[in-house]
Amino acid sequence: MKKNTVKKLITAIGVTALMLGSLTGCGSTEAAAETTEVVEETVTEDAAAEVAEVEETVEETVEEENVDLNGTITMAGSTSMEKFANALAESFMAKYPGVTVTAEFTGSSAGVESVLAGSVDIGNSSRNLKEEEIANGAVENIVAIDGIAVVTDAANTVTGLTKDQLIGIYTGEIKNWSELGGEDLAIVVVGREAGSGTRGAFEEILEIEDACVYANELDSTGAVMAKVASTPGAIGYVSLDVLDDTVIALTLDEVEPSAETIKSGEYFLSRPFVMATNGEIAEQSEAVQAMFDYLQSDEGKELVASVGLIVVD
Amino acid sequence: MKGASMIREKRKIVNVEFIAQTVFTVCAFFAVMAVASITLYMIWNGTPAIFQVGIKEILFSSTWKPTADKPSFGILYVILTSIVGTILAILIGVPIGLLTAVFLAEVAPKRLAAIVKPAVELLAGIPSVIYGLLGLMILNPLMYKWEQVLFKGSETHQFTGGANLISAVIVLAVMILPTVINISESAMRAVSPQLKAASLALGASHIQTIFKVIIPAAKSGIISAVVLGVGRAIGEAMAISLVSGSSVNAPLPFNSVRFLTTAIVSEMGYASGLHRQVLFTIGLVLFVFIMIINITLSKVLKKGEKAND
Repeated sequence: MKKNTVKKLITAIGVTALMLGSLTGCGSTEAAAETTEVVEETVTEDAAAEVAEVEETVEETVEEENVDLNGTITMAGSTSMEKFANALAESFMAKYPGVTVTAEFTGSSAGVESVLAGSVDIGNSSRNLKEEEIANGAVENIVAIDGIAVVTDAANTVTGLTKDQLIGIYTGEIKNWSELGGEDLAIVVVGREAGSGTRGAFEEILEIEDACVYANELDSTGAVMAKVASTPGAIGYVSLDVLDDTVIALTLDEVEPSAETIKSGEYFLSRPFVMATNGEIAEQSEAVQAMFDYLQSDEGKELVASVGLIVVD
Repeated sequence: MKGASMIREKRKIVNVEFIAQTVFTVCAFFAVMAVASITLYMIWNGTPAIFQVGIKEILFSSTWKPTADKPSFGILYVILTSIVGTILAILIGVPIGLLTAVFLAEVAPKRLAAIVKPAVELLAGIPSVIYGLLGLMILNPLMYKWEQVLFKGSETHQFTGGANLISAVIVLAVMILPTVINISESAMRAVSPQLKAASLALGASHIQTIFKVIIPAAKSGIISAVVLGVGRAIGEAMAISLVSGSSVNAPLPFNSVRFLTTAIVSEMGYASGLHRQVLFTIGLVLFVFIMIINITLSKVLKKGEKAND
């Protein structure tokens, strides 16, 4: 902090001198030289008194120009957060050219493990932190909420399910779409592998932890989308933000999956996106703090919304 | 003067010899160190979970629920899948490969061999993920059609959308072909021409000679081809992770199954704590399997050498 203040002070003096200099720039050379001397005197005399005032001005200037902030931010973690993390890194680096943000996608648990080990600054987790992780010093910073959509192949005639029907399908009690008012077609139950954030969230919300009978356990969101899109009768679950026309997103309890319905609490399949830090945000490097400030700014909120996530208030 | 310069020259040669020898030794130790450190690392990381969960529980229980409140880490089905899958792939791949080798070494006209041989070599160079993608796009939809016909109205069968053991076995069988073909072909070519000539001179037909003389004479080479094929099949991960469905089930033809390799690959990303350690134990099990295969191979080769002597 101390080093920083000194830096700011120097910048402040420089900026003031420059501004005053440019103001008097139109006078004669002699006059200009005199004025500069005067200015220098004023600065030294009133420096102490002006510091507070000047600092405020300078902070504004810095926020506009962002020349001051340097450093690197490393993130690792959830593959479900890949789209969000990449968008965040990109726009944050555009705003703060002096900062380099790198993101790796190793999985939620691996991400939190890395942040606790100190090898990265931020551990991305697409689930709430576990008690053991919090006990080890990880701090849970929820930056967005993600909805989970239940999808079927585009030819399926069933467009909505109730919570009980969804549970029935995933626990293996309902095996054919005809039981749900659809055509006579076997249900191919597609899900994610044990340990996946999406699977954890899905099973937890439906209270069917480890009671699911999967026909396919795939290890990425993209693989689930591809499998469901190409297999007649398949059902799967994915993050809301990866939805496209190749699949149908089912309504649950007659509620469409959308940002509004998740925010209002009507749509029940949702989960938090956590950017875990080792210790409170205030203890992190300046760059990391700036990133969390950025996420809370209007610009940051826009970014969160632009990747299909729901802003936390 | 002359004597002194000769001595100097000799010393120079000795120096070069010494340096070269050191370089070779260092290179050799690099490979040995790699093997030793991998072995140590696997044992170091794979054993803690064995003590924590119990080796019986891991190897002989069939419930794999690593993230449950009371987690269970039984990999019996996973081990069985790897064994059954590999055996089936060998049963399909080896006859085809062996007969192709016979064709290349004995039967094929030169021009035809000039087409088949490069094709086989090309097969060996194709990355495994390509095999997987082809399986995903061609085999899985086909299997799903069969599945829908075979299990129509079945109450107990869980439909997998074509991602099943058969798809994985077919992909594996194709993948081991180049290994089996190349090694058994060169084994057959190495059979002494006198044996063949003697057999023909005794009145045996060409086909009789192939099956009664050449193949038995090339036995040890063919066996090592099979063992290498087993090694390739059991160690393959990428291709089968795309086509097998990756659910832990008993290795029945139309079940979605998980192999030792895919068990590690598919859950490593998100696993933590004991779950992660058990994945290392699975790696250790796989490592032991591959070691057994390698030891068998070297025994077979030694026996072959003795028989040839």
